[in-house]
Amino acid sequence: MLTIATGNKAVAAAVKEVRPEVIAAYPITPQTEIVEQIAEYVTSGELDSRYIPVESEHSAMAACIGASITGARTFTATSSHGLAYMHEMVNWAAGARLPIVMANVNRALGPGWNVWAEHTDSFQERDTGWLQVYVSTVQEAYDTALMAFRIAEHKDVLLPVMVNLDGFVLSHSMQSLETVTPGDFVPPLHLPHAIDVTNPAGYGTLTGPDEHFKFRWEIEQAMRKSVRVIADTERDFAERFGRQYGVAEEYRYEDADVVVIAMGTLGKEAEVAVDLLRNEGVKAGSLRVRWLRPFPELDLSGRDIVVIDRDYSFGFGGVLAHSLMAKSRIEPYSVIAGLGGQEVTFDDIAGFVRDRTPGSETWFGVKGNV
Amino acid sequence: MTEIPKEEYILKCTSACAGCPSSLILRYVLKAAGPDTVLVVPACCTSVIQGIYPNTALNVPVYNVAFAAAAACASGMSEAFRKAGKKTSVIVYAGDGGTVDIGIQALSGAFERETDFLYICYDNEAYGNTGMQRSGSTPVGARTTTTPGGKTHAKKDIDAIVAAHNPSYLATACAAYPQDLFKKVGKALSLRGSKFIHVLAPCPPGWRFSSEMTVEMGKLAVKSGIWILYERESGKVTINGPSKAAMIKPVPLEDYLSGQGRFKGISQKAIDALKSQAEQRAKHLQKEAEGIC
Repeated sequence: MLTIATGNKAVAAAVKEVRPEVIAAYPITPQTEIVEQIAEYVTSGELDSRYIPVESEHSAMAACIGASITGARTFTATSSHGLAYMHEMVNWAAGARLPIVMANVNRALGPGWNVWAEHTDSFQERDTGWLQVYVSTVQEAYDTALMAFRIAEHKDVLLPVMVNLDGFVLSHSMQSLETVTPGDFVPPLHLPHAIDVTNPAGYGTLTGPDEHFKFRWEIEQAMRKSVRVIADTERDFAERFGRQYGVAEEYRYEDADVVVIAMGTLGKEAEVAVDLLRNEGVKAGSLRVRWLRPFPELDLSGRDIVVIDRDYSFGFGGVLAHSLMAKSRIEPYSVIAGLGGQEVTFDDIAGFVRDRTPGSETWFGVKGNV
Repeated sequence: MTEIPKEEYILKCTSACAGCPSSLILRYVLKAAGPDTVLVVPACCTSVIQGIYPNTALNVPVYNVAFAAAAACASGMSEAFRKAGKKTSVIVYAGDGGTVDIGIQALSGAFERETDFLYICYDNEAYGNTGMQRSGSTPVGARTTTTPGGKTHAKKDIDAIVAAHNPSYLATACAAYPQDLFKKVGKALSLRGSKFIHVLAPCPPGWRFSSEMTVEMGKLAVKSGIWILYERESGKVTINGPSKAAMIKPVPLEDYLSGQGRFKGISQKAIDALKSQAEQRAKHLQKEAEGIC
C-alpha cells in the first residue's frame, strides 16, 4: 500500500508486520514517535504484543533479554543517551546470542544537550557484537527493519540487529512509503537455546578463562556468516518486493574518479552533490555504507576517496574514515561534518570534493583546523 | 506440620561457603516453587554458588543477568511466558546490594507495573560476593571492608519502599525459619502480580561468626527483635509467631551483637541507634497489625 510516513512511523509499521511478542521501550527524543505509534497499535488491537513501558533504557534492554530467552520475538527503540545508558545490556544481548531488533535514532550525546543527528551514539556500540545497519530514506527504514528480524533470527546468526536512522533529518521527515505484506518473508522464530523448564540449564553462568574466549569466537563466526545471510535476505526481499540496497549503495560509481563515502542521510545528500559535480565535468560518484557491522569489504583502489564522518573518536579520528583506511587500504580525505545536526548540504559536499587533500582530515565549519 | 517436599533443586557440590544461608534459603524457596520455575539471578553470591560453566548445581533454569537488571529482565520474561500461555513462576533471587542499591530502579519499575513475579532479596547486609563491602542494607555500627570503623548510617528500609508500591504480597523471613519461609513462598506464588520476600541471611564469613552458628544467629536476630517476621497482604499486616513472642519478651540485643565479629568494638551510640530503630519498627508494625495506621 502506498502511503506517506516519517522514518519513525515507517519503523513502527514494519514492527507491526512482524508482530513481536514483547516490546519494551522508554521514550527519548527523537525516537518517541516509534514507541508512541507502537503503543497505539497495541491499544487499538492492531498489534497483539505485550508492551512493557519500562522505567529506563537499561531496563528496556533487560526486559527484551528476559523475553527473548524464552524464545519470544522482541523489539525496542532508543537514541543517544538512552543507548549509552543501556550499554551494559547491549553487550549482554549479543553475548547471550539473542536476536533482539532495536531501532536507534541517531543523536548526539551531551553535554551540552543536543537532540540532532550524529552517529557517535551507535558507533560507541560497534564492538558489542550487534549487527548495525544505517538507512537513508523512509522506505529504506521500513524495508531494513523487516529484514533485520529475519537476519537476526537466522540460525547462522542469532545476534541482535540495530537499525539506525538519523534523528529528525529522517526520523521526522515525511516521504512516500510502500508497505508490504511480508507473509513468510520473516519466518517464525526458533531460538535453539530458549529456556525449557523440562530441561533446566544455567544461562550466563560463571565462565572461566578456559571457556570465555570460545563464546567470543562463536560471536565472530556468526558475524562472518551474517554476510551471506544479509545478502540472501536482500536478494529474497528484492524478488518479493522489488527493492534492493546492498551492503553499500553505489551511485554513479562505476566510472568515478572521485568517490564520496558517507552513511545515513548524508550518503543520500552526497548523490545530489555527485550530480552537481558531474554537470561540472568532474567524474564523481558516491558510496553509501549501510552496514557498519559486519563491516563491508570494499575495493576502492584507483580512485580519490572523500569520507564524511558524522562521528568522531577523540585522539584518533573519524571512525568510518579510519575503518576504511584499515580495511580497504586507502588514503582518504577525511571530513568531519554534521555533528549534532550541523547542516551539510549537497553544495557543501561538492565543496569537500573540490577542495580535497588526500591523506588529511578537516572539520567542516572550523577555520584553520587541519 | 507443613509438608515440605523431598525433591531437591539444589544439587550437591555447590561452591557455597560452609554454613551459607543463601543456599539454605534457596533450597526452601525452590522446594516451595517446584520445577515450573525460572530463577533470574543478578550478580550476587548465588552467581558463584550455582557453579562454573559447563556445570550448574541448580535443577531449574537459571538466567544470570547484570547487576542492576534482575527485576527488568524478569518483567520481560514474565510477559513472554504469559503471552505464550505459560504459568511458569519467574523468581528473582537477588542479594541486598542488587536489591536496595543498584537494582532498586528496576525493582521499583517492575512493581509499579504490577509485573507477575516474585522478588526474593536474601539479605546478608553487605556486598558478600566481592568480599563484604557496605551496602545500603548494612546496619549502623557494622564493620565492613569499606566501613572499617563501623557504618555510620542506618540500614535502608527497603520493605517500606516496596510496600509503598502496594504489592500483592510482601513478607519478611529468615534463614533460621525454613518452614515459615516455605509457606510464604507458596503463598506468594499463589497470587498474581508483584510479590516481595525479604529474607535475613546471617553470613558466617561476612558477619564473622563460626559457620555452625548460622541458624542460631538467625534465631537471635528474630528473638532480639532486630529482625521482625511479618506479612503484608492487601495492606493488612500480620506479625508472625516468633516475632510476636519476641515483642513480649525479647532477648537482649547485645546477645545478637556480641556473637558477631562485625560488631566488635561497636559504640554505645550505635547500639542505642540499633535498639531505637528496632523499637520504632516494632511499634509501627504493631499499630499496622492492629489496624491503627
